Amino acid sequence: MTNPDLEGHLRSRRDTGHKLLVPYVTGGVNGWLDAVRAAVASGADAIEIGIPFSDPVMDGPVIQQASQLALDGGATPVSILHEVREVDVGVPLVVMCYYNTVHHAGHARFASQLRDAGISGAIVPDLPLEESGEWCAAADDASVATVMLAAPTAPDDRLPRVCARARGFVYSVGLLGVTGERDSLAATATRLAGRLKAVTDRPVVVGVGVSNASQAVEACRVADGVVQGASVVRRLLEGGPDAVAEYVSEVRRALDSEFVTSVS
Amino acid sequence: MSPSTHSIMGEPTEAGRFGEFGGRFVPETLIPACQELEAAFREAWADPIFRGDLDAVLREYAGRPSILTECRQLGAQLGLRLVLKREDLNHTGSHKINNVLGQALLAKRMGKKRLVAETGAGQHGVASATAAALLGLECKVYMGAVDVERQALNVFRMKLLGAEVEAVHSGSRTLKDAVNEAMRDWVATVESTHYCLGSVMGPHPYPWMVREFHRVIGTEARAQCLDAYGADPDVVVACVGGGSNAIGIFSGFVDTSARLVGVEPAGGAAVGRGHPGVVHGMRSYLMQDEYGQVQEAHSISAGLDYPGVGPEHSYLASIGRAEYPTVTDAEVVDAFQLLARTEGIIPALECAHALAWIAREAATMQGQTVLMNLSGRGDKDVGQMMEVLGS
Ligand SMILES: Cc1ncc(COP(=O)(O)O)c(C=O)c1O
Repeated sequence: MTNPDLEGHLRSRRDTGHKLLVPYVTGGVNGWLDAVRAAVASGADAIEIGIPFSDPVMDGPVIQQASQLALDGGATPVSILHEVREVDVGVPLVVMCYYNTVHHAGHARFASQLRDAGISGAIVPDLPLEESGEWCAAADDASVATVMLAAPTAPDDRLPRVCARARGFVYSVGLLGVTGERDSLAATATRLAGRLKAVTDRPVVVGVGVSNASQAVEACRVADGVVQGASVVRRLLEGGPDAVAEYVSEVRRALDSEFVTSVS
Repeated sequence: MSPSTHSIMGEPTEAGRFGEFGGRFVPETLIPACQELEAAFREAWADPIFRGDLDAVLREYAGRPSILTECRQLGAQLGLRLVLKREDLNHTGSHKINNVLGQALLAKRMGKKRLVAETGAGQHGVASATAAALLGLECKVYMGAVDVERQALNVFRMKLLGAEVEAVHSGSRTLKDAVNEAMRDWVATVESTHYCLGSVMGPHPYPWMVREFHRVIGTEARAQCLDAYGADPDVVVACVGGGSNAIGIFSGFVDTSARLVGVEPAGGAAVGRGHPGVVHGMRSYLMQDEYGQVQEAHSISAGLDYPGVGPEHSYLASIGRAEYPTVTDAEVVDAFQLLARTEGIIPALECAHALAWIAREAATMQGQTVLMNLSGRGDKDVGQMMEVLGS
């Protein structure tokens, strides 16, 4: 089985001027598979699926709560990767998981579990560049793209090395802090995206703290796209998959009306 | 320069490894801060002025050196020579102040304005609040909601000292979750804030740096034992939560033939029941389920209620240099009362674990000299013990 090529897919859309929209859904919460389908039907270019972990240090209250609900409901990495095989949405799926999930399963085994479940990429937020070698090698072997995170605190000489190791896209961390909705987009969001665009041709996608349609538009003035995390998960918890569909459509419309897609 | 391999209780490798344990598993955002801290510590530790300042504040403020006390009644009862290293007599009542004064001086030197800390029993929180007051730093302490309740006295002490205390309601609502929340704070405030980690855990350089700040316990105890008894002890015993008081006293004896014993609570036995895992920035033994979810620890002692352990302890266990047995809450409650009644010393529940092991295993150590780290005093636990013992 070959899964959709994450980077090829995102590049070809990006290269027409289309802005990339990547909603995040916590695996295992009520209605999550329908939320994935709804988000794709509403214009998502890829989906990030969170594998819940007991100690999510990069996540704020909303995603923490969703993770806990999923764990309380009995979700495991195995159950989520099993259920995700049911969805056939035509865009790449990327998992977000903390490193102990990978470490515990074993690098090669986890990489092949992802591939067999139809997953195209992985984001491991507590695995920095220096510690990433073993996982990246196993993921490369299984054709799973390891998306690297780049942080606003990184000095200039670090960014090209992060981008060189990234596959799929570069995740440009939008602010100093954990996931969660904020009133305004941090100035660091576009600043870092700009620094990354200057050193890489890979798609640069801003995530963490991009909280609504207008912030998505603002980030995309510099970046190639956005991840929408807490804003999506909150709607899933409060209003179910329909609320996710409505929100993703709203962000899609805002991006499409602001950034004209060239006919290619 | 860091070595590419490390000698026992020497510097870890450049990647922060003790054997296969340790490392720096933190979000990218924190990497520059960890690198900066490592460089600042390395430079300060080699600077006689910094060392002199730290020695002075340890002596004139914390009350070092701490004394040795031989427990004649209890020793006779158990058939061994029982010697306590009295870290309970330090200012703020535990060994935690050694590390905190070191980190707070370093934070000042780095130009940081604020400390953030996690705490279990509240001793590290109190020590951090104290150092912040002394050095004019802001201080915020995260503490699990369960611990806020069972260590109410220390919560009030921290507030008196001018620190802000935030109760953490996620997960098991104990030390593990307080660490998560402190790390989340640090990710957001890293430019102005130093994370004053309370044990020999976390990402490189913390396990190494915190061990160096506690090395004073072992160095003093080695000289004091030689002075008093003309010999090294046969056994060195300490309780293990993250493992800082244990590593401190072990560091003085690792090159002797003394048995090194780190006592864990039965409900938080990272070495005894755990497997290598990665959480809180380090690869170490960790209690986890079949999918790698971190399990909740359960201990009567808030300071040991932690499912992980510092990476250097995992290393010492893996090479067989130290052993990590467990004791039950019931044994700890007995030991707590035993020391109070026989010696007039009320120990912290944490180090009552070490005594519980000594009392249980005394028959195998007849005639030996057993050095125990009395890591803290029990005042903070008196309220909790009133309930346990029905006053
Ligand atoms: C008195 C005392 N001893 C021991 C500990 C456990 O920490 P560590 O294992 O780092 O010494 C604590 C922690 O709160 C403590 O307060």
